[in-house]
Amino acid sequence: MRSFASAPLLGLWFAFLALPFAGWRGALWTGLACAALVAAARTLGRVLRAEPVARRLAMAQEAIGESWEFMLRGTRDWRVAALVLLGLVAFPWVLDRYKTDVLVVAGIYVMLSLGLNVVVGFAGLLDLGYVAFYAVGAYSYALLSTWYGLSFWPGLLGGAALAAVFGILLGIPVLRLRGDYLAIVTLGFGEIIRIVLNNWDDVTRGPNGILGIGRPHLGDFRFSQPMHFFYLVLALCLITMFIVGRLNRSRIGRAWAAMREDESAAECMGVNLVHAKLLAFAFGASWAGLGGVVFAAKQTFVSPESFAFFESVIILCMVVLGGMGSVPGVVLGALILVALPEALRELTLFRPMILGGAMVLMMVMRPRGFLRERGLRLAEGALPPGVPREEGR
Amino acid sequence: MLTQQLVNGIVVGSVYALIALGYTLVYGILQLINFAHGEIYMMGAYVGIAVLGVLAAMGLTQQSLALSILLVFLVPMVYCAAYGVTLERVAYRPLRQAPRLSPLISAIGMSIFLQNYVQVAQGARDKAFPNLLSLGSFEVMGAHVSGLQVFILAAALAMMAGLQLFIHRTRLGRAMRATAQDRTMAALVGVDVNRVIAVTFAIGSVLAAVAGVMVGMYYGLVNHYIGFVAGIKAFTAAVLGGIGNVTGALVGGFLLALLESFWAGYVSAVYKDVFAFLVLVVVLIFRPEGILGGSTEVDRA
Repeated sequence: MRSFASAPLLGLWFAFLALPFAGWRGALWTGLACAALVAAARTLGRVLRAEPVARRLAMAQEAIGESWEFMLRGTRDWRVAALVLLGLVAFPWVLDRYKTDVLVVAGIYVMLSLGLNVVVGFAGLLDLGYVAFYAVGAYSYALLSTWYGLSFWPGLLGGAALAAVFGILLGIPVLRLRGDYLAIVTLGFGEIIRIVLNNWDDVTRGPNGILGIGRPHLGDFRFSQPMHFFYLVLALCLITMFIVGRLNRSRIGRAWAAMREDESAAECMGVNLVHAKLLAFAFGASWAGLGGVVFAAKQTFVSPESFAFFESVIILCMVVLGGMGSVPGVVLGALILVALPEALRELTLFRPMILGGAMVLMMVMRPRGFLRERGLRLAEGALPPGVPREEGR
Repeated sequence: MLTQQLVNGIVVGSVYALIALGYTLVYGILQLINFAHGEIYMMGAYVGIAVLGVLAAMGLTQQSLALSILLVFLVPMVYCAAYGVTLERVAYRPLRQAPRLSPLISAIGMSIFLQNYVQVAQGARDKAFPNLLSLGSFEVMGAHVSGLQVFILAAALAMMAGLQLFIHRTRLGRAMRATAQDRTMAALVGVDVNRVIAVTFAIGSVLAAVAGVMVGMYYGLVNHYIGFVAGIKAFTAAVLGGIGNVTGALVGGFLLALLESFWAGYVSAVYKDVFAFLVLVVVLIFRPEGILGGSTEVDRA
């Protein structure tokens, strides 16, 4: 909004826009807040851009980036990794039950957002119905468990496999289409799944949901405490992080990156787009399926309410805020977005609004997220200056 | 029964078509799905309620019905145009050169933001849209047709005719068509592309505002999430007709609403929304360019 209008004018404009919704007083406050924010942001921008500050800031940024890299490299050292793992394992002994439970939820979201990261961050396919696969996983385990008494571990595999099948089924019709169609079709698909779950009373019991889903057990040991689930989810998260991280550096990971940057060029270089897209879908979906099974087993109850469109948005937000394509970034994004509402209970009402606004701001100001993917720098540097990016056509 | 479904379908279809036009206009010029368009439509309905509240407080609704009706449409139109232009300025223009995914995500963020802003500011409950027009009703071939339905159809057709005139008879309309054909070339021959884009958003939003007010009058109730489903359906209509094609949006809007109306009447009312999505998927598989897309390049705008 630079060079558009002065702060008071902008304030006036947004006061005008807010008037029919917020009333006189609300409009006044909106206007004042906007004007103050714009003025503050501009002053801050001017200060930060001033020569000595800017230089120091760049240095600080570099230093933070390097120490982050250092930390990441550190975790490859087995001693550091063991220490970190020990710290993680100690968590439920330090925290109370409730906090452990929150961590379990956070872990499920980490899995989900890492799965979505494969689709959105690696392959560049915007999936707005991701929660549908989560629902497929959760309901398939719920039904298999309550009808046939299937135990958790085969259920985990079954849920993931079924979700992957759904992912491919959804992927096929949109193979030939551009990204934005994909977004809307996946959104529609998410809604279809939710509506069907809500109305297919004979099987899903509609809005009442399914009760009495079996908890996991290992031999004679039964998972019942939040602590038990914490270890289960922790293990799954570490496995997910490992696999997704390796995947990114694999042949198919590079194919995805190529496809994301330029489909035609990727195809010319011999990337099989059909394979690459379907694999991305299947992989992302199967991870959502895994998350769904764990969720169902933890809650012992599922209902369509847990799989609303907004859930997809939250997961997407985790990926976007953390930095699309970056595994540690996405993990951080998921943890922040789960922890934040716990910390700011008074703001529950405003949470969706803040999330939406954050997504816009993020795209406008830091489209690569807080922690941008390092590998991408190479690709950007390889482009000679002055070469325009491909325009959307 | 059959004619009744037909009548209902046509009325809903005119609403779909009006919203679909907004998608198609923006898509024609920016190749961008404006995800927040459904929210603009929803906000139009809310502004309509606010205007009615003010008018009723001033006692104008009793004094001059014609003026009130004019204002109930005009003020939301102005407001939504402002919303549309601001939306484009804040969420899309900074991302003109960004990778494809960025404007899409910012559009979704905007949609979430607006929807929840309205929820926070206006409450989560349904809002009543005061009944202003009590036109009678009559029977046509066994179908019950209310005066309001006729009014809605007439208003929608008037807006569409106005849009066609604007696109084909004015300088700005010509600039829009030029920009839709080739943005770079249009800029080279002196078209202010940014202005054209802003105008496009304004026009789409004006049409959405009319649709919002009409839906408010028709159903008498409005809530903050009507924009979501209406947005998807209007988008489906736009794709069905051929996205980027103005006539296609009209055809798609009416066709989708009619199909949906018959589906709801004869097959399953519960799965009405599912049906619209299925139509979308089927069209995308078998004819992604839509009914009228691809063939009429000249009409793209």
